[in-house]
Amino acid sequence: MKKTLKQRLAILSDAAKYDASCASSGTSKRDSLKGGLGSTEGSGICHAYAPDGRCISLLKILMTNFCIYDCAYCINRSSSNVERARFTPEEVVWLTLEFYRRNYIEGLFLSSGIIRNSDYTMEQMVRITRDLRVKHGFNGYIHLKTIPEASTKLIEEAGLFADRLSINIELPTDAGFEKFAPQKHPKNIRRSMGELKNAIDDASELTLQTRRKKHFVPAGQSTQMIIGADTASDATILGTSAGLYDRYRLRRVYYSAFSPIPDSSKSLPLIKPPLMREHRLYQADWLYRFYGFEIGEITAGRVDGMLDLQLDPKLSWALENRARFPVDVNKAEREMLLRVPGFGTKTVDAILVARAHKRLGLDDLGRLRVSLKKVKPFVTAASWSPARLIDRVDLRGMFAPPPQQMELL
Amino acid sequence: MHISRSLTVPQAFLDLAQAMICHSDPARFALAYRILWRLQGERHLLDIPTDPDVARARKMEKSVRRDYHKMTAFVRFKEVPQDGPRRAFVAWFEPDHHIVARTAPFFQRRFTDMDWVIATPMGRSAWDGEALRCDDAPADKPDLSDDTDELWRTYFVNIFNPARLKVKMMQTEMPKKYWKNLPEAEMIPGLINGAEQRVREMADRLASDTAPRFNTRLHAKTQAKTHAKIHESVQSRS
Repeated sequence: MKKTLKQRLAILSDAAKYDASCASSGTSKRDSLKGGLGSTEGSGICHAYAPDGRCISLLKILMTNFCIYDCAYCINRSSSNVERARFTPEEVVWLTLEFYRRNYIEGLFLSSGIIRNSDYTMEQMVRITRDLRVKHGFNGYIHLKTIPEASTKLIEEAGLFADRLSINIELPTDAGFEKFAPQKHPKNIRRSMGELKNAIDDASELTLQTRRKKHFVPAGQSTQMIIGADTASDATILGTSAGLYDRYRLRRVYYSAFSPIPDSSKSLPLIKPPLMREHRLYQADWLYRFYGFEIGEITAGRVDGMLDLQLDPKLSWALENRARFPVDVNKAEREMLLRVPGFGTKTVDAILVARAHKRLGLDDLGRLRVSLKKVKPFVTAASWSPARLIDRVDLRGMFAPPPQQMELL
Repeated sequence: MHISRSLTVPQAFLDLAQAMICHSDPARFALAYRILWRLQGERHLLDIPTDPDVARARKMEKSVRRDYHKMTAFVRFKEVPQDGPRRAFVAWFEPDHHIVARTAPFFQRRFTDMDWVIATPMGRSAWDGEALRCDDAPADKPDLSDDTDELWRTYFVNIFNPARLKVKMMQTEMPKKYWKNLPEAEMIPGLINGAEQRVREMADRLASDTAPRFNTRLHAKTQAKTHAKIHESVQSRS
C-alpha cells in the first residue's frame, strides 16, 4: 500500500536529522512587499527547538532515502533495512510553502539519497528550487545539498535559486573514505568545492551591463564532518577544516558527533555520540575564525592531538601560555584582549569603546556581563592586579569541573 | 512649565529609547528621561556601556530585542476560512513586552500575500494587503485549529535525535512559558521520556544480516558492469 504523506514525512525527516546544519542566516536581504511570499533579514530565526537542544529553522528533509551508495556511517546506505520513501517534487514544494505560511520555518533544507545517477537526482532537486522561486515567488531561505559528481551545469543552475549549497566531506581523511565510503571520491568532492568557489567569485564581480552583482549562492557553501566514526584526532580534523576554510572559503564547517543509527553497520562503533568533543571542536573552530588563533596554537599543547574535554580550548591555551598574561584591559590591543578567557568578541568591542572614556575596573567588566571568576586571573584593571593568581599551581583546578561518578549504562 | 529650548540627542538615543519604551517595566520612562537629561551634559554617555544607567537601559533593550525575536519565531498562524482570492490566517501569541506594533512590519514583509491577524493580551496587529493596523487593546484568545499542525508535529518528532538528549539547552532557547501556544510542544514530554529506551533498542538490535533486495540487485548490477569492463579490457588487449 502506498504510504501517506504523513508517513513519508516521518521517514524522510528521520533520515535527514544527521545533517547538523540548520543555519538560515547570512544571505541577501529580501522581502515580499512587491509580490511573492517570504523574507530573509540577515539573522536567521530558530522557530523551534527539539529536546536534543538543536534549533529547527528549516524544513530539513530528504527528497528520497533510496540510495545507490553504501557508506557505512549513513542511515540511508543501500544495505540498511530502514524503511524507504520518496516525495514527488510537488509534495516538497507544497510542504515548504504550507509550513512557511504557518511560520513554522524559515525555508527548506533539501538533501537526497542518490537514485539512478547523480545528475538525475540533482535535476529533480533543482526543479524543486526552481518551482519554489519562479512558479511560487518564494523568497524564503533555501539550502540545497548538492549531489557528489553532479554536472557543473546543474550545480550552477542550483546556485541561481539556492541561498546556500553544501557538499558533505563527512570524513576528515582520505583513509577514512576508503574504509567507510569506498564509492565516494574525496578528490571529486574537493573539485566540486573548488568549482563552486570559482563560480561564487565570478558572480561577485559587478557585471558590465547592470553594474550589479549576480544573485548566486549568497549564503555561500558549507560542509560537514562526522566526528568519532573513524580514528582521526582533533588536530587532524581542525587541520582539514582550516584547509577547507582557506582554500574554498567555506562559510561553515559543521561537526556532527557520530550517533548510533537504526540498523547500524557492524563496522562502526556503537557508542554514545561524543557531544562534548563536538562542542570543543566548534569552540576551536570559532577561535580560528573569529579570535585570530592558528590551529597549530590551539592543539600544540595537546600530546595526543585531542582537545581538552574538561576545559574550553581558549582557557586551555591560556593555561599553557601563562607568560602572555595578565593582560591590561585598559591598554592591551584588540588581538590580545580576544585571547583572554571569558571575553567574547562583543565584550572586547565594548571594552575598546568604553576605555576611551574612563579607566575600567572589575566592576565595569561586571556590568558588561563578563564572568569575573573566569577573567580575574588573566587581567589587570583599575585597582586590580592578579599577579599571584596567574602563578598558582592549582589554577587549572579553579576551572576544571569536579570529578563525577561514571554513569551506569 | 514651558520649555523653549530645543533638545538635541544622538540618533543612538532614539534607537535605544524606542526599544526601551516597549519594555514592560514601569520604570522605563523614568530611566529614559534620566538618560535624556544626562545626555545634555555628557554627550558621550551612550558610548560608556559600563555606566550603570546605560547598562540598565541596554539590558532593557536586549530583553525587548529577545522578546521581538521570540515573537517572530514562535507565532503560529492557523488558517481560517475566507471568501475571495487571498488566504487568511490568525495567530495567538503572548509576548512579555509591548512589541505588537514593533513586530508588525516584519510579518507584513514576510506574509505579504495573505491576510493575517496576530492577537495578544497586549493588542492586535493585522494586515489585509492594503493596510497594516495595530492597537493595544487586550484581545481574547481565539479558538483555532489547523490540520497542517499534525504534519508539523510529525516533522518535529522525527527530526529529533534521541541519542543527543539536551533538555536544558532546548529550554534555554524555548522556555516553557511559550509551550502552551506551540502546537509541537505537546510532543516534548513523550520524546524526552522515550529517548533512552529508543537508544538502548538501537544498541541492542544488531545490524541485520540480510540487506534489502534492491541492494542485492544493485550489487549484481555493479558486479556485472565490472565483469563486462574486465572482459572488454582483456579483449582489447588480445
